[in-house]
Amino acid sequence: MSRRLRDLLGVVPFFVFVGVFLVIPTLVVAIGAFLGDDGRATLDNVTALADGYIVQAFVRSIVLSAVTAILGAVIGALLGYALVTAEPDSTVRRVVTSACGVLAQFGGVTLAFAFMATIGLSGFVTLFLRDSLGVDIFAGGVWLYDLPGLVLVYTYFQIPLMVIVFLPALDGIRPQWREATESLGGSTWYYWRRVAGPLLAPAFIGSTLLLFANAFSAYATAAALVSQGSPIVPLQIRSALTSEVLLGRENVGKAMALGMVVVVAVVMALYALLQRRTSRWLD
Amino acid sequence: MTTTAVSTGVAVRLEEVSRRFGTVQALDGLDLDLAPGELVALLGPSGCGKTTALRILAGLEDADSGRILVGGKDVAGVPVNRRDMGMVFQAYSLFPHLTAAENVEFGLRLRRQSAAARRRRALEMLELVGIGTHAARFPQQLSGGQQQRVALARALAIQPQVLLLDEPLSALDAKVRLQLRDEIRRIQLEVGTTTLFVTHDQEEALALADRVGVMQAGRLEQIGSPEDIYRNPATPFVASFVGLSNRLAGVLGADGVSVLGTPLPVLNASVAPGPVEALVRPESVDLTADPLADARVVAVSFLGPLARVTVSLPDETLVVAQVSSARLADLPPGTAVRVTLLPIPVVVSSPR
Ligand SMILES: Nc1ncnc2c1ncn2[C@@H]1O[C@H](COP(=O)(O)OP(=O)(O)OP(=O)(O)O)[C@@H](O)[C@H]1O
Ligand SMILES: [Mg+2]
Repeated sequence: MSRRLRDLLGVVPFFVFVGVFLVIPTLVVAIGAFLGDDGRATLDNVTALADGYIVQAFVRSIVLSAVTAILGAVIGALLGYALVTAEPDSTVRRVVTSACGVLAQFGGVTLAFAFMATIGLSGFVTLFLRDSLGVDIFAGGVWLYDLPGLVLVYTYFQIPLMVIVFLPALDGIRPQWREATESLGGSTWYYWRRVAGPLLAPAFIGSTLLLFANAFSAYATAAALVSQGSPIVPLQIRSALTSEVLLGRENVGKAMALGMVVVVAVVMALYALLQRRTSRWLD
Repeated sequence: MTTTAVSTGVAVRLEEVSRRFGTVQALDGLDLDLAPGELVALLGPSGCGKTTALRILAGLEDADSGRILVGGKDVAGVPVNRRDMGMVFQAYSLFPHLTAAENVEFGLRLRRQSAAARRRRALEMLELVGIGTHAARFPQQLSGGQQQRVALARALAIQPQVLLLDEPLSALDAKVRLQLRDEIRRIQLEVGTTTLFVTHDQEEALALADRVGVMQAGRLEQIGSPEDIYRNPATPFVASFVGLSNRLAGVLGADGVSVLGTPLPVLNASVAPGPVEALVRPESVDLTADPLADARVVAVSFLGPLARVTVSLPDETLVVAQVSSARLADLPPGTAVRVTLLPIPVVVSSPR
């Protein structure tokens, strides 16, 4: 066997993986979006995206993702900054970063249940507040199981993700730059405005975009939390694919999925552009 | 090129400055004086407090006690950005998102100079440090040595009262280091700024400075001209840290120390008479080939015009002698030699 062939064989598992879990589903979605129930090509599914409830779901999804991305980015960046000002290889930093890794990856569903158990309709905090203090946190509606609840829970996994993706940029900021600024006569404010700010901005915006995509494509957390109604796109797709009442919605579901792919693709393209800019300066 | 007048230099004085980090006494009553326009090198082993001294002078670190006077004024409470001191760090201090020229302009912008004046001054400074043609490059597009030149230009552009350099050459390779070392000195003489230069490289300190301060454990062991430090070390530490020294057994008496049968004058007091160790420079050792002698050449290293010859005495003590290379032919390894010492003053220490 030639060396080249062996090298190629080595990457086969990777391409099989990408093919099975990325390319094929995307193709199924992209093709299905343009097929009718009868198997003929049609634009009906795509035009159905203009239906009021679908547009609304997209708007809600985008708002949810944007709000939690910005909240997560700001809070996560502050937390990350606190971490890098601590000792570089202190226990605190190690523990917090690994906790962030776990939370960002697997936190969603667990968090959803944790929130239900504490401030859900019959969560112990809710009951305590209602029975002992006479405060009903759901007086204005059961918001936890709707969009506001999603914002709250999503923010909880966005923050650790921000810490993980933004930490390398923060680590790239050298203390000498601050000291050089000061010795040249600059204030702390000047340093942030002229040095750290411009240096961190691309990474910050890039990370925020990543958080946006992360929230936009999240499904499990929302599925665990929201059992009634489908306020956001992934849940709309679920109901389109599993609905027993309305038949023939499957391909509309695929059209919605295609819409999501497009949104995420745009965001990731912006992200890639920004990454190119940052890597020119740092490390 | 214009000489920016030697009058820019101010006197700097550190009085009894102490600083503790947890259990580490980084500075322990440091006294240091810099005359206007003088370049003083602080030399000492790692951890002796050199950087701490420089950072306290810059205002980046606070002293626990002691006073710092710049141009006769106590600068306690003056923040870093009002101290008007140019700093050059070991490495990576240039702003990576600004070009070389913009880096140099940074401090001028803070001094509200017009864009045209800034630009002119920045180019002038880059010329001074020898990289006028690289003004538009980003730090990443410059070599380590070029980056340090820009850093020096940036520090000098603001016409600081004091220039502080913390091992600015230690991240560079040997050849660039030598070249930049000489240029730093040339530029410093040209602008006349009082300069504190921190290094742990003795050769660098001796080559560059008007005066060298040797530090140990947070204190100044000795300060003097490079020649003075080398020829008249005040303590065994200075003698062994600066230059090479042989540690040879001797007997200290009332009028000097007797080493290998030769009486030598003693530089330092406060050592009890009796058996001592004398620190003898290789150039104070002379060798004569003599078949009847009982010392043997064991190794030879050629250093250009000079050479170092290692000799083993009958008691197996090794002695290093520095001789002219022309004499190497007579001193191959194995040669029996007579070892004599020149009557040059030495430092003695209690035997270990
Ligand atoms: N911020 C700090 N926190 C704790 N300890 C410190 C700090 N800065 C310095 N030290 C300690 O103070 C002592 C003197 O440090 P300093 O950096 O002044 O040494 P130095 O002479 O510059 O050494 P080197 O040649 O290695 O740079 C060292 O023991 C160092 O560990
Ligand atoms: Mg140091």
